[in-house]
Amino acid sequence: MSASPTLGRLSLPGHRLELGAEAPLQLDCGHALAPVTIAYQTYGRLNDDKSNAILICHALTGDQFVAETHPVTGKPGWWEEMVGPGCVLDTDRYFLICANVLGGCMGTTGPADENPATGKPWGLSFPVITIGDMVRAQLRLVDSLGIDQLFCVIGGSMGGMQVLEWAVRYPQRVFAAIPIACSARHSAQNIAFAEVGRQAIIADPDWHGGDYPLHDRRPERGLAVARMAAHITYLSEPALHRKFGRNLQGRTLTYGFNADFQVESYLRHQGSSFVERFDANSYLYITRAMDYFDLAADHGGVLANAFRGIKTRFCIISFTSDWLFPTKESRAIVHALNSVAANVSFVEVASDKGHDAFLLDEPEFHATLSGFLDGAAEHRGLPRGKDR
Amino acid sequence: MSRPPSPLMDDGTSRPTIRVDLQLVADMVEPGCRVLDIGCGEGVLLDYLYRFKQVDGRGMELSMAGVRAAVAHGLSVVQGDADTDLKDYPTGAFDYVILSQTLQATRAPKTVLQHMLRIGRRAIVSFPNFGHWRVRKSLLFQGRMPVTETLTFQWFDTPNIHLCTIRDFTDLCQSLDISVERAVSLNARGMIRFDAGGALANLLGEQAVFLLRRD
Repeated sequence: MSASPTLGRLSLPGHRLELGAEAPLQLDCGHALAPVTIAYQTYGRLNDDKSNAILICHALTGDQFVAETHPVTGKPGWWEEMVGPGCVLDTDRYFLICANVLGGCMGTTGPADENPATGKPWGLSFPVITIGDMVRAQLRLVDSLGIDQLFCVIGGSMGGMQVLEWAVRYPQRVFAAIPIACSARHSAQNIAFAEVGRQAIIADPDWHGGDYPLHDRRPERGLAVARMAAHITYLSEPALHRKFGRNLQGRTLTYGFNADFQVESYLRHQGSSFVERFDANSYLYITRAMDYFDLAADHGGVLANAFRGIKTRFCIISFTSDWLFPTKESRAIVHALNSVAANVSFVEVASDKGHDAFLLDEPEFHATLSGFLDGAAEHRGLPRGKDR
Repeated sequence: MSRPPSPLMDDGTSRPTIRVDLQLVADMVEPGCRVLDIGCGEGVLLDYLYRFKQVDGRGMELSMAGVRAAVAHGLSVVQGDADTDLKDYPTGAFDYVILSQTLQATRAPKTVLQHMLRIGRRAIVSFPNFGHWRVRKSLLFQGRMPVTETLTFQWFDTPNIHLCTIRDFTDLCQSLDISVERAVSLNARGMIRFDAGGALANLLGEQAVFLLRRD
């Protein structure tokens, strides 16, 4: 059994915000959570009037290590190509913040942490959290940095849900919002896939009702299967076919259940490398938060009502081959924003790379982001970048 | 703060050149107002209005290539279809709703026009005039569908499915209780302009620009 990914959490690099018992985080479920640690990274420099901050919201299995070698995996940051001097998220011009989400396992408080009431890991006694709770935690961080208004909140997938939540709940604090490859609610299909992942974890005997740390075990097989199933939804059929086709690992079929096909081997690798950096209970809690997300529900079931009176500039982006969060979901957001005459741009980027396209180097995607950010920066009175 | 020269327009002059009918449209817009440009293409007019008339502009464009170019230039543009997506916009949300050289390509021009004057206090519509003498000549003498400087497509691949004359358009406005505040007709290069209400406009104007108001 490999070492628990949570063992080395305290030694992870980066910043920490500690919320003590005197300032608990009030959660949607009614629980007041304390203490809470928020682990975050920053890139670039906050300007004197604190007007150049961009909050990056990471996706389900992402974390705060956006643009640097990951301390656990040793791999490049998940948006490394996007962040840096002269890049789309230009560290010469903007101050970038990314925090590990509430319920996560990269330093922010989650189910693997100690429950102060019992002295044992929270496990399933950790309160069920929502996208709103994640954003509430981020708000505390933004407050602690003395930032009144974020220049921009940006994120893809679950990160996009957080972007929408930010804009709807704290419109005065978000000048521009870029929700990418996401939707205003988890669809039945989204919930169905999430449930398959959770059931894979729960069915693993090593899960022990969520108390695996007490048994010195980890439900690695279940978590790996969850990741494998989810990973398929992040790709597209053409992308899978182009990458693997029906290519075999060896020269011939083995007439057994080893990974005969390259795609099987690839998925197994995705599963086994994932369990080294992710906590199974975090996976349960975070996918649940996505399931519960429904922006219209708090506004009489009418999405447009959520956006009424909003001044935030929106840039909605979807990808043609994304079937997990298809363009029609983005279009529903655009229609709602139009119906309240909000300031919105909407681009569907042509890509055959599926949902994961938002993590990849898609020139059209990056050009759209740069143009939108430059336009927003001008309206915010921030210096424009060098002409690209 | 100064902006670098726009890649969408000629630079180096204080009054960059835009298409002549767009210039005419732009001249009808009051500075500092809210504008929705339907069928905005790459956003040339929106960009002009933003720079020189300090307009708070939004665009809608059918082609994704156009939308991408406009958004990448910092304009607020959504991909959408005038025939299906105008119903989403609230009543009275804009000062001007602009439709340049697009009305004749919509499936339901009358409905589009009604939406425009619901969404906007005023509407500006430009369209090719099918009553121009060259069009008439092509039909009368050659017996063929016209292909001209403003109507550049062959009949089999034209997007223009609802062509009309200036007189037809004026009649439609009348039947919908829409007031014509200004109407200008011009030739393709914009060199010759007439009051489109005049008797000869329907014969001599290759295109027309109407400034409309709800009654």
